Amino acid sequence: MSLLKVTIDGKTIEVEPGTTILQAARQIGPDVAPPAMCYYTKLKTSGGYCRTCLVKVTKGSEKDPRPMPKLVASCRTTVMDGMEVQNYSSEEVVEARKGVVEFLLINHPLDCPICDQAGECHLQDLSYENGRSKSRYEFKRRTFEKIDIGEKIQLHMTRCILCYRCVKVADQLTPGRVHGVINRGEVAEISTYIQNAVDNEFSGNMIDVCPVGALTDKTFRFKSRVWFLKPVDAHRDCDQCSGKAVVWKYGNEIYRVTGRKDQWGEVDEWICNTCRFEKKSPSDWVEEGPRKINRHSVISQNHYGSKTRFVASPESLPQKQLS
Amino acid sequence: MGRKLLLTHDHVEGIQGYAAYRANGGYRSVEKALKKMTPDEVVEEVKKSGLRGRGGAGFPTGMKWSFLAKPEGVPRYLVCNADESEPGTFKDRYLMERIPHILIEGMITSSYALGANTSYIYIRGEYFYVARILENAIAEAYANGWLGKNILGTGYNLDLYVQVGGGAYICGEETALLESLEGKRGNPRIKPPFPAVAGLYGCPTVVNNVETIAAVVPIVNDGGDEYAKIGIGRSTGTKLISASGNINKPGVYEIELGVPVEEFIFSDEYCGGIANGKRMKACVPGGSSVPILPDYLVCKTAAGEDRLMTYESLSDGGFVSGSMLGSGGFIVYDEHQCIVRNTWNFSRFYHHESCGQCSPCREGTGWMERVLHRLEKGEGHMSDIDLLVDVAKKIEGNTICPLGDAAAWPVAAAIRHFRHEFEYHVLHPDKIKDPKHGYREPIMPVKPEPVTA
Ligand SMILES: Cc1cc2nc3c(=O)[nH]c(=O)nc-3n(C[C@H](O)[C@H](O)[C@H](O)COP(=O)(O)O)c2cc1C
Ligand code: SF4
Ligand code: SF4
Ligand code: FES
Repeated sequence: MSLLKVTIDGKTIEVEPGTTILQAARQIGPDVAPPAMCYYTKLKTSGGYCRTCLVKVTKGSEKDPRPMPKLVASCRTTVMDGMEVQNYSSEEVVEARKGVVEFLLINHPLDCPICDQAGECHLQDLSYENGRSKSRYEFKRRTFEKIDIGEKIQLHMTRCILCYRCVKVADQLTPGRVHGVINRGEVAEISTYIQNAVDNEFSGNMIDVCPVGALTDKTFRFKSRVWFLKPVDAHRDCDQCSGKAVVWKYGNEIYRVTGRKDQWGEVDEWICNTCRFEKKSPSDWVEEGPRKINRHSVISQNHYGSKTRFVASPESLPQKQLS
Repeated sequence: MGRKLLLTHDHVEGIQGYAAYRANGGYRSVEKALKKMTPDEVVEEVKKSGLRGRGGAGFPTGMKWSFLAKPEGVPRYLVCNADESEPGTFKDRYLMERIPHILIEGMITSSYALGANTSYIYIRGEYFYVARILENAIAEAYANGWLGKNILGTGYNLDLYVQVGGGAYICGEETALLESLEGKRGNPRIKPPFPAVAGLYGCPTVVNNVETIAAVVPIVNDGGDEYAKIGIGRSTGTKLISASGNINKPGVYEIELGVPVEEFIFSDEYCGGIANGKRMKACVPGGSSVPILPDYLVCKTAAGEDRLMTYESLSDGGFVSGSMLGSGGFIVYDEHQCIVRNTWNFSRFYHHESCGQCSPCREGTGWMERVLHRLEKGEGHMSDIDLLVDVAKKIEGNTICPLGDAAAWPVAAAIRHFRHEFEYHVLHPDKIKDPKHGYREPIMPVKPEPVTA
């Protein structure tokens, strides 16, 4: 199969047919990779919603060099041979993205100091890296009551950015879907038909895919700030999932268990609810060693004021995240 | 008098029923197509006719049909878009209520052309009584051998169903419509793939507006060339216009494309002029999504030429001084109407109808509505005006489906042509708080001075 050549912000790479612009950009590296709030490699049909990954296609392909008339969602647009794309190098893209970030924030509570996701929130990173410093929105923000989705997961819609990732988890990982989107437009919300109905072994993965603090682990909520914890790669024999997880420790105590996230904040493998919620004793796990995590966040990295767009160390990059 | 092709018999007694429709030449196109023509020949006639989609975008119908993928062993579908929910547009309703059989006939002939054996009419929830009319007409067509198995002994089979929607504007967007028809939440799909390749249940599908499908009837009866003789340039045939607002004779008119706008508004054959002897202030010529035009750009283009009722002439001047034919929802405003209030009203609609999938539209429509509402109440700031322009710009072109554009354009156009009226709302809150303010002191559009170098 012949590879396709694509140039993004002046950097050229050859990729397999079917690769999206976003995936190609990630292969080139973090300097050209657009931010993605709704796309998730492991979830089919994800992407296209948030519009943070918009890029400009200045040349469609070798065969048809015409530029595309509008900015396109890089996560849902596949590469053509000879395609040329501008991401950070296009003023238009940077402006449009600023707009998207502002839109995502107008109804967001911005109460990071009391949010459990602080320190690993993609929205925080996104707005820090691509946003404007001051909101022009002067109206009341939309709020919702917190609801419990089963015993172990809490949903706080007020923080939701409607990325649809958790809906795809419910659709694709769990049999008998009971979770989806109700209402429309600005008052659309993630919900379950019956509040407590999400009850199956893989529902907890919603927490890992949620880019913000809308879905949180009730067994961990507010026990600690993530940046006080030490993430350790660990595994256990599990008959439901791979058993490969990260345990987050304070001293010898395990505060929470999550999937192993790669450089782009996506988990390598899904884990089951037993591993996630029930196994909190050090004797449950075989530790492999500390996880060098790209904890993304400006807060955890104390990067206020610095221009660093990306802070992962090369060793932390999983080798096959794009296969 | 202009020629009529669709509404020729709309005042014939009993035309709603099969007997009168058939007696007036109904179902001839089915006989002709099924007995004397191959499906490709029907497509060819539609191509020759130059017919363009009447749902709003004006895409050439023949071309759309020829894009339909035809893989072996996979069903193809024709879906009629009867969701008509654009504010100002009510032409499809009139046609379906008055002459339901013309749509059924068009569906049969078009389905034959596309090789579809199951076709659907998706109609908006609020038109439930029209759905009953259509269902009666379909039952009559079955009873008379125009639908079902082996139609006219030609071996062609077709089943036709009416599906009533739940009442959401977004289900008029063709891929949201298909989702809804499949029984799912009506969210627009991310394209590609386009319906021509993967539409209803993943099969190749054509979605066409009611009027587009009805127009296939005269095209097949008289030939595509004959149809193309009506109209000007790439705007061929006749078009239904639903005229509303401050005119003497609101209603649905069938016009030959190419009628001057001035004639359409002021002649007694059509709208009969502005009601109550007032002046015209503005016009939205193609449904709430298209840019509004100030009086001096309605009947003339910026270059001073007569503006005609065609796709090209109405969009002459682009977004700077033109608008669009759109769906044919023609709204006229007299001197006492408040453009700020009208813009707010439109934006309230889009805010309510956004499906909420993509962030710019979900959040931006609500934001624009709130700012416009504040301005309309006389509580706005000068900076709100540029803020609106900027928010509209950030939505436009950056969304999954064109509803985002449809929400942004009217706001951008209203501010482009009526900025002083927005400013007036900020500067004179006391006057604006009077709900009848428009009546006390008309604010007419200000024609910009020609720029001389
Ligand atoms: C938000 C939105 C609403 C729409 N509503 C309608 C509608 O009510 N009726 C319609 O025929 N087309 C509507 N359209 C256009 C359809 O997507 C589609 O282009 C049309 O049905 C194609 O038919 P045509 O080629 O015969 O015009 C809408 C489009 C958008 C983006
Ligand atoms: S709850 Fe989280 S994962 Fe689900 S749609 Fe909202 S932001 Fe996305
Ligand atoms: S533009 Fe609006 S209506 Fe269309 S998909 Fe996006 S949110 Fe939904
Ligand atoms: S990541 Fe591409 S649109 Fe959200």
